[in-house]
Amino acid sequence: MIRAEHITKSFDGRTVLDDISVEFRTGCTNLIIGRSGSGKTVLLKTLVGLHEPDSGAVWYDDRNFTALGFRERKAIRKDIGMIFQGGALLDSSTVEENIKLPLDLFTDQPEAEKRERVDFCLHRVRLEKANRLYPAELSGGMIKRVAIARAIVLNPRYLFCDEPNSGLDPQTSIVIDNLIHEITQEYHITTIINTHDMNSVMEIGEQIVYIHEGRKGWEGTKEEILHAENKALNDFVFASAMAKRAREW
Amino acid sequence: MLRIFELIGRYFILMGKVFSRPEKAVIYRRRILYEMEAIGLDSVGLTAIISIFIGAVITLQMCINLESPFVPESMIGYATRETMILEFSSTVVALILSGKVGSSIASEIGTMRITEQIDALEIMGVNSASYLILPKIVAAVCFFPLLTILSIGIGIVGGYLIAVATDIMIPSNYVDGILVDFKSYSIVYSLIKSAVFAYIITSVSAFFGYYAKGNSLEVGRASTRAVVVGSVVIMIFNLILTQLLLI
Repeated sequence: MIRAEHITKSFDGRTVLDDISVEFRTGCTNLIIGRSGSGKTVLLKTLVGLHEPDSGAVWYDDRNFTALGFRERKAIRKDIGMIFQGGALLDSSTVEENIKLPLDLFTDQPEAEKRERVDFCLHRVRLEKANRLYPAELSGGMIKRVAIARAIVLNPRYLFCDEPNSGLDPQTSIVIDNLIHEITQEYHITTIINTHDMNSVMEIGEQIVYIHEGRKGWEGTKEEILHAENKALNDFVFASAMAKRAREW
Repeated sequence: MLRIFELIGRYFILMGKVFSRPEKAVIYRRRILYEMEAIGLDSVGLTAIISIFIGAVITLQMCINLESPFVPESMIGYATRETMILEFSSTVVALILSGKVGSSIASEIGTMRITEQIDALEIMGVNSASYLILPKIVAAVCFFPLLTILSIGIGIVGGYLIAVATDIMIPSNYVDGILVDFKSYSIVYSLIKSAVFAYIITSVSAFFGYYAKGNSLEVGRASTRAVVVGSVVIMIFNLILTQLLLI
């Protein structure tokens, strides 16, 4: 479980997150949704410690992450996997080296065992035989899969995904969404996905938090979101022509 | 003025992170070897080409400007050797490498910053500053003195070759000149300078890349700033080191 308590964050005097409190449950896919510029990414980065909140606290189970020092945070970070919007694979390393890096740095496993683990993770994301390729040789969907493989290589307890299907076609998006959902349930981890893709919301959104202008605008499930009485949320959810027609039906 | 102090402060904070205890020595060894190839070996060709031509040009200039019955011809070889050892092979090569290596480091790390690769390392619990920058500094500090030795040797050979090729002076006089009054401390001085300059080039350019923000335009600007600031700092330290080590 990850809990944000009264998180506030400003940049150059501009408040980006305003008193956000939310709890993300273990074993289900928690979605943070909202318009571009609403503060979703800042919230996600604050949760993982890339941004320090001006006030408030982030709890990982019973540990107050915000109050911890570098060394204590490092211990928690080994339990964190993160998938960035652009994949954030190291350009100068092959797929195998990218996935193996956390193993190299934080385990004393023999090389053969590490390779086996890399192959397992690649198999898990259905991307066999890509070990020797460089990120520049991969398609958008493949990059996301490698990023997922790297994120799960150390068996994380917490998985963060920043717009995991941005820039992907609808079919590949569904594949990536389902993969994250499967992994979440298989390993019973706390997964937080940052997205503005309504397909993702309807496919895998078990708990949804809507962020509007830096504040928590709404919270609920994918079944509840279609009937929510929140104008800003409705404008967001039913923005596309297809969603409007679906609502009319 | 305040901005300069802020930059200097941030630079030293970054260096504090860079020189903190590495996660795993074996990973760093591998990265140092990789960086030695990227920063050092890949600069051998450029250093050699520039040095041979500069050695030849210095010899030609000396021949033209020291043409006097009171100045022995061997002085041309001596002057070429001293110029190469004392100034060219450490300082000028460092300035040239500041352009090549410095811009490459700043743009590499800057791109990693804006594409969130550095964030990805931080999330993994890796000290990204140390992981990315320390191997570059170690590789450059170890390899640049070798480039300096290479440059001195090739520059002196360049002077000899131009003497042979143009008959502007008697080659044996040139050889006599390069053997006159040799002080091994000059080499030590040159190597110390090149090691210091290597540190300046890598750390300054890494600093500008590490704190790059925004988009590819900003990476380009960070790269330019890295070269400009690196070159100015090299010149300042050239003055300081000359004062400290030679006078």
